[in-house]
Amino acid sequence: MDVKIGADRATTAEIEAITGVLGPAIDGWHTGLRTDSDLHMGTGGQQLRDLRHQLLQVLHAVNDRAGWISPGAVNEISLRTDIAPAEVFAVASFYALFALKECGPRQVHVCVDAACRATGSTDEALPKGAHASPCLGACERAPVALVVEAGVAPRQALIENATPAKVQTVLDGAWPEAEAAPEAALPQPATERVLLRRVGTVNPTSLDSYRAHGGYLALRKAFELGPVGVIREVTDARLLGRGGAAFPTGRKWDAVARQPARPHHLVCNADESEPGTFKDRVVMEGDPFSLIESMTIAAFATGCERGWIYLRAEYPRALATLETALIEARQRGFLGENILQSGFNFDIEITRGAGAYICGEETAIFNSIEGFRGEPRNKPPFPVEKGLFDKPTVVNNVETLINVLPILNEGGQAYANLGTEGSTGQKLFCLSGAVANPGVYEVTYGMTLRELIELAGGVRGQAEGRSIKAVLLGGAAGSFVGPAQLDVALTLEGTRAIGATLGSGVVCVFDDTTDLVDQVRRIAAFFRNESCGQCVPCRVGTVRQQESLTRLAIGSRPDRTRGEELALLKDLGQVMRDASICGLGQTAHNAIDSAIKMGVFQ
Amino acid sequence: MVGLATVFGAGGGTSSYAEVEDTDVIVLWGSNARAAHPIFFQHVLKAIRNGAKLFVVDPRRTETAQWADLWCGLNVGTDIALSNTIAREIIHAGLANKAFVENATSGYVEYAASVEPWTLAVGSEVTGVPVDAIRQLAHTYARADRAQMCWTLGITEHHNGVDNVLALINLSLLCGHVGRWGAGLNPLRGQNNVQGGGDMGAIPNRMTGFQDILDPAVRAKFNQAWNLSATDTEIQDKYGWHLTAMFEAMGRGDLRALYVIGENPAQSEADKQHAVKLLTGLEHLVVQDIFLTRTAELADVVLPGSASWCESEGTVTNSERRVQRVRKALSPPGEARDDIQIIVALARLLGHDWGYGETALEVAENVWNELRSLSPMHAGMSYARLEEHNGIQWPCPHDDQIEPSYLHGRLWASDPAERGTLAPFSVVVDDPPVDSLSEEFPLRLTTGRRLDSYNTGVQSGGYPSPLRFGETIDVSPEEATRLDVVDGEIVRVSSRRGGVEAPVRIDPSLRPGLVFMTFHFPEQVDVNVLTIEAIDPKSGTAEFKASAVRIDKVAATTRELIAGS
Repeated sequence: MDVKIGADRATTAEIEAITGVLGPAIDGWHTGLRTDSDLHMGTGGQQLRDLRHQLLQVLHAVNDRAGWISPGAVNEISLRTDIAPAEVFAVASFYALFALKECGPRQVHVCVDAACRATGSTDEALPKGAHASPCLGACERAPVALVVEAGVAPRQALIENATPAKVQTVLDGAWPEAEAAPEAALPQPATERVLLRRVGTVNPTSLDSYRAHGGYLALRKAFELGPVGVIREVTDARLLGRGGAAFPTGRKWDAVARQPARPHHLVCNADESEPGTFKDRVVMEGDPFSLIESMTIAAFATGCERGWIYLRAEYPRALATLETALIEARQRGFLGENILQSGFNFDIEITRGAGAYICGEETAIFNSIEGFRGEPRNKPPFPVEKGLFDKPTVVNNVETLINVLPILNEGGQAYANLGTEGSTGQKLFCLSGAVANPGVYEVTYGMTLRELIELAGGVRGQAEGRSIKAVLLGGAAGSFVGPAQLDVALTLEGTRAIGATLGSGVVCVFDDTTDLVDQVRRIAAFFRNESCGQCVPCRVGTVRQQESLTRLAIGSRPDRTRGEELALLKDLGQVMRDASICGLGQTAHNAIDSAIKMGVFQ
Repeated sequence: MVGLATVFGAGGGTSSYAEVEDTDVIVLWGSNARAAHPIFFQHVLKAIRNGAKLFVVDPRRTETAQWADLWCGLNVGTDIALSNTIAREIIHAGLANKAFVENATSGYVEYAASVEPWTLAVGSEVTGVPVDAIRQLAHTYARADRAQMCWTLGITEHHNGVDNVLALINLSLLCGHVGRWGAGLNPLRGQNNVQGGGDMGAIPNRMTGFQDILDPAVRAKFNQAWNLSATDTEIQDKYGWHLTAMFEAMGRGDLRALYVIGENPAQSEADKQHAVKLLTGLEHLVVQDIFLTRTAELADVVLPGSASWCESEGTVTNSERRVQRVRKALSPPGEARDDIQIIVALARLLGHDWGYGETALEVAENVWNELRSLSPMHAGMSYARLEEHNGIQWPCPHDDQIEPSYLHGRLWASDPAERGTLAPFSVVVDDPPVDSLSEEFPLRLTTGRRLDSYNTGVQSGGYPSPLRFGETIDVSPEEATRLDVVDGEIVRVSSRRGGVEAPVRIDPSLRPGLVFMTFHFPEQVDVNVLTIEAIDPKSGTAEFKASAVRIDKVAATTRELIAGS
């Protein structure tokens, strides 16, 4: 409120797009065209404030329809929702996939991060209509790009092996051929997989197919065990979060279950944006019902009636598959009221991200779903106390959630017997870059990095004499490890011992031809672009870090020695680690620090 | 204040700010609090964030109305009609709080009979508010577990302002929305200490602590405390004059000398030209103020006072009846002195040495302690306790306990004796504005405030604001078309009393027939030339909110003159 609208007006197409999400305006005051019936009465208030969480979807609708978000569209959204135009603009401008300047209907986003970069992608000299993009989560097919086309029937598609020539043909009007099936990302045979055993075997949009392959047995088990029993099994399994922070899932669930405030919410973090990560995509594309069943169990255990899947916008196929699966599950009584006659009610909606790495942060994701800029919140209060809509919230990564199925099916204790003392169960690793068979590998915790790379066929071009120069472990927020460290055990405790991290399971291999300085500078550029700008250490620190690396790469300032520059960089890293409010700033120096220690800048 | 005092025996808002934040329904009636009471509105915003519903009743779709779940845009001066219609709807829908009405109120039968003709159809016809909106307001207010009824000058600045207040109180009695945590009646006050001014006895009918002058025991107590034995200095047994009555007395020649402290009647009175004439005709005028106001310019003697919020010791009482300490941070400039010290010095010159002490703090605390000894509702508020509790809400009769933050909890007591005097319903009759519309004056002018300015601008005009754009005559787009005027065009606005020129501002939140001005910029446009001096005899408040005016294009020659100047 206190809304002042400028003179720009929306087009008919934009108004249609907005109405498609919000429905018709509640009265004439909210169209800017009041009529006689409005002169003595006006509505709004809570009814409109309740629409706030639809803002992101409204912006998507406009961008999908018109190709950009015009000032007129901002004004129309503002009129309809009572959100000030400056605030609508503030949200729209937060996300990379919303255009705020008029542009053509077809745009191509070319990935320029680790794996794609290692396979020839570049952010230089992109043709008109193409934009450099952070990781698109299809690293096994690197280099890749994403084409989006606005219009009455908007569409998106992944471009595989996106050479500059291929990108140009798409910009010139060709539409990319259908992409490889989800299971193409899984080089291991199905018999060697547990979490991913159904991918490629089941029809991802058929509930019956899912049930024919063991689906929904775990949910029945959950109803037998009751909420307390489910949490006990998960706690016994010693399941740790797979998103990167490795927090004990049982403890998180227990904390939410005990909160007196109602309602409780469940958020599935499917904003898989850590460069080099694509495991969650494979789950959602190849076995969506396993995620739906897992979320239903999590909700049952923690007392949630509503769940959100926060899905990154760069996964069009995952979106389509999940949407179909949700409809099917709802129709068949596996979502909605009184699921399986248990008396338990639960439903899931999808919130589509719009191109912001930071929205994978566990509190930024709440702000984004609620229709605000996806800036992280200060903690405490922690999400288990005040999360989505300020209510107790479980927020779990896709991979974490689907581990619940084997835990309930086999028992928490049996699950805990797998792996090591500190890292139980299965882990999905995303192998990309210079390996012979890139893809998602599912292994029991304990394997060494060398063994895992061998499992993926070893370094690509071994016959031609290629060797490993470095491995980026855990993504941009992880660290580089050198050839001497390949015998590290891929467990939480094993990686911790060498000062590295498993992060989200990224294993991006660089061979001896790789320009690591360029890779490191790209990581710095990534963090600079993706910093939300809210807190000073990160906003300023990521910029200064990138500048410093540029000086190191092209020659330091004449008045500063290399040692002084490195000392400065180290200080910057320490400030970001100590003083940033969220993980982005806290980890923005990790990979760079490890590269310096490896001597990349010698 | 008069309305609340009539019904409950105490003239204060019944609830505290924390309760407003913790309520379910807030009705802001005749209040543009977003602009005019921005601090109070912060509490409303917290309530909204906590899930409360907001209803705004105002002829204009104000900034406040834009925050509302429902805005009821009634015709100016039809507040009683709307209230009576709501009451009838509540009664007929079976939503009245029967237990409360039976136990705690009187006069229900007469009241219910008086609202009986006000069907939704009749009410809608008179007020202009659609039937659905009236029904929704009635049902939501009545069904709420807790509801707050808040109002300001849109209710009181009418010739029947007290009846308007009584009409709102009736609704709260009907639903039992008073005397409980979170449920109450709150007139919003314009200054940090309007409540305190009344509480301190700066009103013509009460001694400090709201004690009625007509009560012989009260008079005796004060006469004794102040050693007033001689009949000529005893406290009189009749009410004094309120501001408008004083002006009438000036007109008759009964009032010939005036001592004005911190008021600017030369600019704030409804009929300004008349007010200046009367002030000029006084035999002696003393003005005590921190600024050389227009009234001070007319004075024989000007006493420069201190800024009470930073140059004085003492207390203020805010809208939630919270008495708070004010401490001196700066010494007043030049010859300016603390208000209390000026009065004490004046008394000494007139032969009365009150002996309150020497330092500003001593004087202030001694005066305060004297007040505590005479005003039971302040008795427990020593400076030490005010400090300890960060201010205390009245009543505070005991120095060892703090009373509930809401007033009139007694009405809910199960023991009739404890319940005390029942709260009476008041039969109130719809009475349209005095200044009626006619062919010659077809437009209804209502006045109000904007966020960036305060009253006549004395306290705010000295500071720039990016929001301030000076006085305008705000009209609906339809009216602008009818009058053939454009935004910014200077027009002549006339009423039966006079005329002014002002630039047009087209405002879609107004409807045809309704126009709006502030009175923040008397130097630029003297809006009070237009307003009517129709006074509510019960409160002395003038009908600033309803004048009949016409708007004329300024002749081309005049316009050129203005453009050329």
